[in-house]
Amino acid sequence: MTEFKPVLLEAVGVPDGYTLASYRSRGGYAALGKLLREKRPAEVVELVKSSGLRGRGGAGFSTGLKWTFLPKDHPGPIYLCVNADESEPGTFNNRILMEDDPHQVLEGTIISAFATRATTAYIYLRYEYPQSWHRLQGAIDECYAAGLLGNNIQGSGFSLDIYLHRGAAAYICGEETGLIESLEGKRAWPRIKPPFPAIEGVFKKPTVVNNIETLACVAQIARRGVEWFQSIGVPPNPDNPRDPGSYGPKLYCLSGHIEKPGCYEAPLGITLRELIDHHGGGVWKGRKAKAAIPGGISMGLFTEAEFDTPLDFAGPGKVGCLGLGTAAVVVIDDQTSIVDFLHNSCRFFAHESCGQCTPCREGTSWSLRMLERIRAGKGRLRDLDILLEIGNTMGMMPGSTICGLADGAAWPIKNAINKFRGEFEDFIKRTNPEGWMVTDPVPALQIVGAH
Amino acid sequence: MPTVIVDGHEVEIGADERLNCIEAARRAGKEIPHYCWHPGLSVVASCRMCLIETGQRDPATGKVSMVPKLVPGCQTPVRDGTVIVTESEAVKESRARVEEALLIDHPIDCPICDKAGECLLQDYHFDHGQAERRADIHAFTSRKREVGPTISLFVDRCIMCTRCVRFTREVSGTGELMVTSRGAKEEIDVFPGFPLDNKLAGNVVDLCPVGALGDKDFLYQQRVWFLKREANVCGGCSAGCSIHTEHNQDTVYRLKPRENPHVNTWWICDEGRYGWHHLHDSSRILAAGRRPTGHSHGNGNAAAFQPVEWADVVTGLRADLEQAGRLTVAVSPMLTVEEAWMLCGVARSIDPEAFLALGHVPIRGGDESFPGGFTIRGEKCPNRKGVEEVLAVFGAGGRTWNDLLAHVASGHADAAWITAGYPAAWTDEATAEAFAGLPCLVVQDLFDSPLTAHATWQLPAVGFAERAGTWINVAHHAQSFRQAIRPPAGVWPEGRLYWNMLGRRGLYDPVAVRRQLAESSPAFAALGGDMPETGVDLRVRQLA
Repeated sequence: MTEFKPVLLEAVGVPDGYTLASYRSRGGYAALGKLLREKRPAEVVELVKSSGLRGRGGAGFSTGLKWTFLPKDHPGPIYLCVNADESEPGTFNNRILMEDDPHQVLEGTIISAFATRATTAYIYLRYEYPQSWHRLQGAIDECYAAGLLGNNIQGSGFSLDIYLHRGAAAYICGEETGLIESLEGKRAWPRIKPPFPAIEGVFKKPTVVNNIETLACVAQIARRGVEWFQSIGVPPNPDNPRDPGSYGPKLYCLSGHIEKPGCYEAPLGITLRELIDHHGGGVWKGRKAKAAIPGGISMGLFTEAEFDTPLDFAGPGKVGCLGLGTAAVVVIDDQTSIVDFLHNSCRFFAHESCGQCTPCREGTSWSLRMLERIRAGKGRLRDLDILLEIGNTMGMMPGSTICGLADGAAWPIKNAINKFRGEFEDFIKRTNPEGWMVTDPVPALQIVGAH
Repeated sequence: MPTVIVDGHEVEIGADERLNCIEAARRAGKEIPHYCWHPGLSVVASCRMCLIETGQRDPATGKVSMVPKLVPGCQTPVRDGTVIVTESEAVKESRARVEEALLIDHPIDCPICDKAGECLLQDYHFDHGQAERRADIHAFTSRKREVGPTISLFVDRCIMCTRCVRFTREVSGTGELMVTSRGAKEEIDVFPGFPLDNKLAGNVVDLCPVGALGDKDFLYQQRVWFLKREANVCGGCSAGCSIHTEHNQDTVYRLKPRENPHVNTWWICDEGRYGWHHLHDSSRILAAGRRPTGHSHGNGNAAAFQPVEWADVVTGLRADLEQAGRLTVAVSPMLTVEEAWMLCGVARSIDPEAFLALGHVPIRGGDESFPGGFTIRGEKCPNRKGVEEVLAVFGAGGRTWNDLLAHVASGHADAAWITAGYPAAWTDEATAEAFAGLPCLVVQDLFDSPLTAHATWQLPAVGFAERAGTWINVAHHAQSFRQAIRPPAGVWPEGRLYWNMLGRRGLYDPVAVRRQLAESSPAFAALGGDMPETGVDLRVRQLA
């Protein structure tokens, strides 16, 4: 494999790489004024659409196509929301971009706002990222001072204000309509669709919500062109007319039981094994891997045998996972109990379920209670069937919830039990020799709250 | 006309009706269970009980293509060719799972819960739930929190449908209620220092599909399955809200709003909701009485009323009034139009020149409107419009209580018959003094008032749930209602007295009187037929 030169992460390791001067020295903002002056918004939309850029936030929807859903000739205002509420367990690529190269993000934001004819952009930042907050706000201030934000940017006639909004630390605010509700000052309960945000979003106006990494890609596409972007990644599968391909560089987050955890930039389509061995230095302490999360905990689990699956938008689905997600890989070594893994996963989702839809609210809490009991040595084989039923019926795909985060809560459950059922059964029989076969309801255990 | 196919049965809907699947299925006689959806509130589609299968029938080929997943019926609008499947295996399993999920944390304390018997969680469990409990068994908890002066929240019974929260935000506009915490730890609560205290607050109890919100006025008073309900009309103000009077053994236990798109939609105000306690007040006038002849009334040491049998009231009252001479009658806006019409008839049969006027109209404040469109009227009587129309029939249109007072004060009256029936104190000593010198004063009221001291005759009146007839509200909307409970022993409703004084035979029949009134007066023509439960608009029928 030829060495891939990072583009999105170019500023990492550069002293003061987060400053405007440093970004300019790398060619940043050079073409912005020309683009704003000479191109029409529709041309920029077409540029991004033709690049095949797919959203990096998790769902992988075509960014350019999303922009075209905005109503034509809308009198405005149209809003651009930047989703920086990066809360998926294992994911920290947005954080690297915001801390080390905020101007790349801002350039992408300015171009995207121009393309969508938005004159106001809101960056919804996760509360737990104070460094990102300082760096982004500093970069925004620099841009205003340099005439890159505000009225009539670079004499182009285009004006844009960017507001940095710091959330209050809730996973659900990463769901785009939950984010919009939160931005409006309400409880972050995802909205029912339709209407979609492109028609009625923030303050009941047309709104586009894009991820930080997506915007960084937009900045690079505008600077380097579509050919460069499509030279990286995986072209569409000719056998599947609905596959738009997986073009471009991607930031993979590597964590868990790995020698060199970190955020690595690689072309889409790298296999999990390459990522672990080539970038991550292999599983830690010379151990073997048992499993890995391919793209944030919501996406499910790879077994070790599935590590050769390419990490592009189509790959994880082929082995029963939800998708590429945020491309956040968490490696689990062979000395880790899958029961503990699933317990931790369920604890997270029970804590973070927004509580709007009954199946997710009660399902996440019920599965946590069962996992607590199983770990306490009071498990029953029947619990596995119930867990699997919860996993199979909870989510937007079966239709039982409003937002897709319930699918994300369900996927680790069904992947863990389907792929590691033997380990669960052994654990239950070993720890509960007297009661593993019981099928009547048993007394609940008292659960100590997370916080 | 657009056609919707519900479980294989075609049902037509109006061309410009905007219905969701729940409403469309109801047209076909299929009830789709739901908790969070309410026609008067915004759609949140969060309880997921109304999940159904839908599809679309191609008008050209007749081929049906189904949506591959379950969708919420509340959020899915229907159009021509929409196919709704409410009883497939997938739908049934989904409902059973939602029921199961809602019961995981529910205390299942039905034996001590006021809602038992009218609880959706209970009903749906029997209709759609599964027989077996699979979740772990929890220690019983039933926490209670006072969220307002009239309402308690039984926290653990709540199923988080958020109807109450949406009501305070969208209808009352007061926004006291909110959701706190997250996930399965969610609870409904109020902000410290901002209790649920608004004039429409009681509606959240009606909206609550389970026993989480309890009305302190009704809590632990009666099991709901003992209650009988009668479609009534609230007499609290001139809005004339449609209500159900819920009663047992001639005792009212609570009032509930009755859906009426023309008047009150789904709501009533708290003043009306709790405005029945006067019916069971121990200080009510319970018998007809007459002061002995020859006494000197009005001098502060009036003789006590002597009880008079009702048969003797019918003859004796007429005799006294005929003897006295020039008659003046105040027709109370608390009376029904039937009663008012008969009273005027009685008066004119005693004295063809009798001076008829509208009784006292109690006003408290102005009209008060809420963001959801509900209005509480400042005019605290239900039938001013109706009585005015009746008076117009007798050539006394436009005459008010003040005209009557002036008429009496100028010495044009020898006898006065004041009908009242107000639930609260309504007159003062100074006003009463105007009647002091009259040879004969008849006062028909619920409670003693300053007029009592000057009265020759005291007649009991009845309250709203104890009478039958028709009221016409401030917007000319006429609603007929039946008697819900019997008046206290020994009390004749006004209508029965007037019926007998007119010499009519048999039991007082308000429907017969209404039809006669409709025939004899064009203004009341709309009241001639069978009255729908939601009433009729007098003006619309007049124009038509």
